[in-house]
Amino acid sequence: MDIDLKILRYDPERDHKGHWEYYKVEADPEERILDLLHKIKWFEDGTLSFRRSCAHGVCGSDAMVINGENMLACQVLVKEVRNPINIEPIRGLPVVKDLIVDMDPFFDSYKKVMPYLVNENETGERERLQSPEERDRIEDTTKCILCAACTTSCPVFWTADSYIGPAAIVNAHRFIYDSRDQESKQRLEILKDVNGAFRCRTAFNCTSACPRGIQVTKAIEDVKRETLLNN
Amino acid sequence: MKIIKHSFDGVIVGAGGAGLRAAIEAAPHMKLAVITKLYPTRSHTGAAQGGMSAALANVEEDNWNWHAFDTVKGSDYLADQPAVDILCKEAIDAVIELEHWGLPFSRLENGKIAQRRFGGHTVKEGADPAFRACYAADRTGHMILQTLYQKCVSMGVEFFDEFQVLDIKIEDGVCKGVIAFELATGDIHIFETRAVTFATGGFGKIFKVSSNAHSLTGDGPGILYQKGIPLEDMEFYQFHPTGIYRLGILLSEAARGEGGILRNKDGERFMERYAPSIKDLAPRDMVSRAIATEISEGNGAGPQNDYVYLDLTHLGAETINKKLPDITDFVRTYVKIEPINEPIPVQPTAHYAMGGIPTDVNGRVLSDEKNTVLPGVYAAGEAACVSVHGANRLGTNSLLDIVVFGKRAGQSMLDYVSKTKASSISDSSSDDLVNKINNLIEKEHTDEFSVGRIRNDLQESMEENSKIFRTEETLNKQTKILESLRERFENVTIFDKGKVFNTELMEAIELDYLLDMSESTVVSALARKESRGAHSRQDFPERNDTDWMKHSFAFKNGNSATLRYKDVELGKYKPMERKY
Repeated sequence: MDIDLKILRYDPERDHKGHWEYYKVEADPEERILDLLHKIKWFEDGTLSFRRSCAHGVCGSDAMVINGENMLACQVLVKEVRNPINIEPIRGLPVVKDLIVDMDPFFDSYKKVMPYLVNENETGERERLQSPEERDRIEDTTKCILCAACTTSCPVFWTADSYIGPAAIVNAHRFIYDSRDQESKQRLEILKDVNGAFRCRTAFNCTSACPRGIQVTKAIEDVKRETLLNN
Repeated sequence: MKIIKHSFDGVIVGAGGAGLRAAIEAAPHMKLAVITKLYPTRSHTGAAQGGMSAALANVEEDNWNWHAFDTVKGSDYLADQPAVDILCKEAIDAVIELEHWGLPFSRLENGKIAQRRFGGHTVKEGADPAFRACYAADRTGHMILQTLYQKCVSMGVEFFDEFQVLDIKIEDGVCKGVIAFELATGDIHIFETRAVTFATGGFGKIFKVSSNAHSLTGDGPGILYQKGIPLEDMEFYQFHPTGIYRLGILLSEAARGEGGILRNKDGERFMERYAPSIKDLAPRDMVSRAIATEISEGNGAGPQNDYVYLDLTHLGAETINKKLPDITDFVRTYVKIEPINEPIPVQPTAHYAMGGIPTDVNGRVLSDEKNTVLPGVYAAGEAACVSVHGANRLGTNSLLDIVVFGKRAGQSMLDYVSKTKASSISDSSSDDLVNKINNLIEKEHTDEFSVGRIRNDLQESMEENSKIFRTEETLNKQTKILESLRERFENVTIFDKGKVFNTELMEAIELDYLLDMSESTVVSALARKESRGAHSRQDFPERNDTDWMKHSFAFKNGNSATLRYKDVELGKYKPMERKY
C-alpha cells in the first residue's frame, strides 16, 4: 500500500524554522514507522535525520510525535495509525535537526535525582537478600528506557522546562522504593523542590505515552505521598 | 569543520556492558573518557533478555567447573580452556557485584537471586539441565546496562555521548590516541591517550534478518583490521534459533528455559529427534540447524513453509506474564498474536559474533597469531575474541563475558597507564580522516552508489550465501558478490552534505566496516573445511580435530584476507563427540 508521510523538517544550516515535507512510501501494513523513515533516508532523501538503534522498543532512541502522540517509531506498525501519517520531533526540548532534539537537559534532570543505589553497609561476599514482594515494588519503574516520551508529553514540561519531569521522578521512584537503598530521604528532599514532583498536575499524558507501559502518573503520586509522609 | 584536541590517560570506545564495566574499574585512578556513538543507555547490552550464568547454586547444587565443562562443550571444543575457567570462576563474584551495585534481579522466596534453565547449561557434565542463569525477568541486559550506567553516574565518569570514533593512531607499534567525529556538530576531536579499550559490540548488520541493533556495524574490529590487526575466528557467527519471523527480533532462550517447546507444521516436538536428552534446550547452533533442516525438508509452517513455532501455550498466563513479559509483549506488538493462546512463528536470526579482535585473558589486543601484544590497545565484549565462546557461545555467557572481561580490560589499562608516560599526538593526526570525510561529502550523489542500496545488497547476499549452512559453492559465490560490492563502495556517495547530525555520512563509514567484516567472515569460512559449532559446511559435515583444532586469524589484504592459525589452548576437557 502507498503511505503518505508528512514530516516536520528542520536543518539548522539552511532553515530559519521548521517546515513540512511530504513523502509517499510503498509499505506493508506490518511494517514499523521506523521502516518507513529508513526507506526515505536510504532510498530517497539521505538528509532526513533521526535517532534509532535497536528497532524493537528497548533502546529508547526513536521517540517522536506520530499523528499527535508520543511513540517510539520502531514500536508502531503502519496498520495501527491513520494515513496520512504526520511525524514531528518530541516537544519541549530544543530541536537540533529534523527529528533529533537536544537530550542533554533531559539527562541532566535524570542525574539530579541520584539515580543509583546508595547503601553504606558492608556488602559481604554474597548477594543482599530481597524478598520477591520487595523486588516487585520496583518492577514497574525499573523498566524505564529513558526515551523521554513521558517527559516530552507533559503539558507542565512544555510550559516550564525547569520542571524535573516524569522520567526523572520514575527513576527516583525506582530507588526510593528499593528495599536495599538508604538515600530515599535525600531524593525526596530533591523532589520537594518547586520544580519537583508537585509540579505534576496529573494530566496522565506521561502514562499514555510510556512505550514500556509504566504507570508513570501513579509513580509520581507515590513519590508525592511519600514526600508528605516523610515530613 | 573544527578540530579540537583533548588529552586523557585512557579512552574507552563504546558504552555497553563491557565499556561501562571497564570504565568503573579504570575511572577512579586515571583521567578517563568514555566515547560512544549513542547515549550509553541505548547500547545493545540493553536488549539482552534471558540471564547471566553463574554457579551460585541458589536453586540446586552447582559448581563453576560444570559451567566451564558446558561452555567448552558448547564451544565445540574451540574455546581456550584456561580463559573459560576464568570466565566461569569469576562469574560468581561478577553477579554478586552487580547485585551490590543495585541490579534488581528476580528473587527466590528465600530472597536470593533467582536462577533459571538455559540452553546447553547442565549439572554434572550433562546429567540434567541446570538452574544457572541469574535473571531479572526477561530484561536482564537492560538491568545490567542501567546498573552499570548508574554506577558510572555515581562515580562521575566523563562521557562523550554521540561521538563516533573513526580512527586510531598507532606509531612505532604504540597507541597514541583516537580520532572521533562529533555527531551534533561535525567537528573532529583528537583524543591524545596512551590506552584505548574497544568495546564497540558486534556486527550483526552484515545479515538481513538479525537481532542486532542498526548500530552494530563492527566499528572497533573494523578500525583495527584496517590498521593491520587480525580478526580471530570470523567464520563462527551465531544464529539464534528464535527470532520473530521475518523481523528477527530476539525471543529469549529463557522461553524454552521456562518450558517452551519448538514445533514444526505438524505440531511435532522435533528437537526430540535432534537432541534426545535436553531437547529444546540444546545449544543454539544445534537448534538453529534443526530448524533450518525442518524447513528445508518441508516441515516448516506457513504459506511458504519457512518458519516453525515456539509454543508457550502450556505455560499458563501467570508464568508468561511474570517471567517472560517483554518477549511476549514483542509478539503482541509485532505479530499481533497472543502467545498465551497461540504458538509464535519463529526463524533463526543473526545474533552474535564469536569472533572479533583477538585478546588475551586480560583484554590486551594481540597483533598476530603468536600472541604479540599491541601496547596500549585493549578490547572486550562482543567486539573481542578471548576466546571463551569458541565455535558457539552458550546463552547467558555474553552478559558474563562483558562484565568479567570488561573489568579485566579496565585493570589492564590501569596497569599500563601506571607504567608508561604520557606521549603526544600531532595536530595533523586527523588529516587522513578529514580527507576521507571531505571526499565523501564532495562526491556528487548517485542512486547506484548510495549507502542504502549497497548495504541492502550486502545484507541480502550474506543472508543467502553464508548463513547457517555453507558450501564451497555458496561461499565462492559470495566472494564474487563481495568483490563487486567493494567496487561499488569505492564510489559510494551521500546525499547529505551538512555538518549537523550527518548520520548518512556515518552510515557510509560504517558500511566500510560491514564490508570488512563480511570479507573476513567469508574468507575464513571458505578456508575451514570442517563443520564445528556455528560454522556448518555441508560439503564437510564432520568436525575434524586432527586438522582444525585451531583459531583462524584473518589479516586484511586489500579487499580480501590472508589467514594464519593458532592452536586452541586445551585443558582438562578432552574433545569428544558433541551429543545432547
